Amino acid sequence: MAGKVIVCRCEDVTLDDLAHATSLGYAHIEEVKRYTGLGTGPCQGKECMVACALFLARTTGQPPSEGEPFTSRPPIAPVALGTLARDGGEGALPTGRGRGR
Amino acid sequence: MSGPLAAGAPKPECDVAIVGGGIMGLALAYHLALRGVTDVVVLERGYLASGASGRNGGGIRMQWSTETNIRLMRESVELCKRFAQELGVNVWLRQGGYLFLASSDGERARMEQNVALQNRFGVPTRMLLPDEARQIVPDLAPGSFVAACFNPRDGILFPWPFLYGYANQAAARGVEIHTACEVRTIEPGPRGFRLTTSKGALTAQRVVDAAGAWSPAVARLVGVSLPNRPHRHEILATQPLKPFLGPMVSVLRSGLYFSQSMRGEIVTGITVEDGLSERVNMGSRLVFLTTLAREITRVMPRLAQVRVLRQWAGPYDVTPDGNPIVGEAPGVPGFYLACGFVGHGFMMAPVVSKYLGEWLAGGAEPEFLQRWRLARFAEGDLHREDMIIG
Repeated sequence: MAGKVIVCRCEDVTLDDLAHATSLGYAHIEEVKRYTGLGTGPCQGKECMVACALFLARTTGQPPSEGEPFTSRPPIAPVALGTLARDGGEGALPTGRGRGR
Repeated sequence: MSGPLAAGAPKPECDVAIVGGGIMGLALAYHLALRGVTDVVVLERGYLASGASGRNGGGIRMQWSTETNIRLMRESVELCKRFAQELGVNVWLRQGGYLFLASSDGERARMEQNVALQNRFGVPTRMLLPDEARQIVPDLAPGSFVAACFNPRDGILFPWPFLYGYANQAAARGVEIHTACEVRTIEPGPRGFRLTTSKGALTAQRVVDAAGAWSPAVARLVGVSLPNRPHRHEILATQPLKPFLGPMVSVLRSGLYFSQSMRGEIVTGITVEDGLSERVNMGSRLVFLTTLAREITRVMPRLAQVRVLRQWAGPYDVTPDGNPIVGEAPGVPGFYLACGFVGHGFMMAPVVSKYLGEWLAGGAEPEFLQRWRLARFAEGDLHREDMIIG
């Protein structure tokens, strides 16, 4: 059953893929993202991140409230290069300040 | 099935402790283990791929401006071709070439010089007229460049699997890889270096600083002052498209580069002045998106309709002359540096780690490391690399 459960529709990542990643020791949500590609498609994790966090909480036995989201990547929704090229945009946006680990 | 990561505290004693679990540290661990030096511990503060190794554009090229770098990178590309078989991981390597665009006569002259040097060392780069370049990438805007050079053997790969490949093979040979393990102190002593980490203490006969943009802080722990500083480099990926773009394209004047990954995304970055700082900053900025969008749609107008999916940043580890810092630190025998790769550490790691591994496993010191000594900055013996992109 688990093998048929798709967690990330954009990148076709299944529950089995998540279980495989954690079995290899990649149990932090940033590691799971990188090992499986989860959350790197058009929705950028909006559909799959919570499901992944819950899975990790269950796997590691940590309370779900202690789970972290992975770093959110701008833009919030896909934007055409042509639109960005027309805008002035000289300032800096207060976007995700990478965690610098 | 177990993975390459070690659980618990690092073992109390080892021959070599490598600080930094990026491409350089993991590749070095692999090459040491391959040569019988298996008593090795890798100490990574974050997770595999958390630093620049997991954030770069995946380009590998032989087009450089000094003999050392041309020869090394020619070999590095050859090593990458064997990588999937050797390490059992698909790294999605695609040799679509690198197409550099010149915007002025001055740049064309520099390009011609570099191409001649590359040809002398067996790299088949050739100069192209704009129309010839547009046969390779038909969507390039006429008039947006005056000349180009192309090496069909350059290419791109997907960085993440590379790290897992080296980690798996190093761990399978006995190397301990610890993540979420921060090195806090390093104390040289008569019986080796005493390291304290967030997961416990250990003693190592030799220590390698492979911490990339964080390497100055690691070196400072043993009183060594490094001249390299972190520089934020931003990059983005677009929605995936059907394969249509063969080479990595790069505009010398602006530092723009773009390629199509095996996932179909356009992966692209550009130089945005940010200054050097003492601290690593991986925040994303709107000014990067707009600067890049203006330049990429000038060079390739058809991309205007393509949507940006995500942007991120990684730290370039920048040295004053654009060349790396590799070798034993003056005054601290047994403490080795493998850092300062100025945004090109990923493509250089396969070959550099091989020679460094041979040396640290008892071989002779590679001749090219003479140019990469830390002491050159104090002595003023600098050879500037011209082909720094992004």
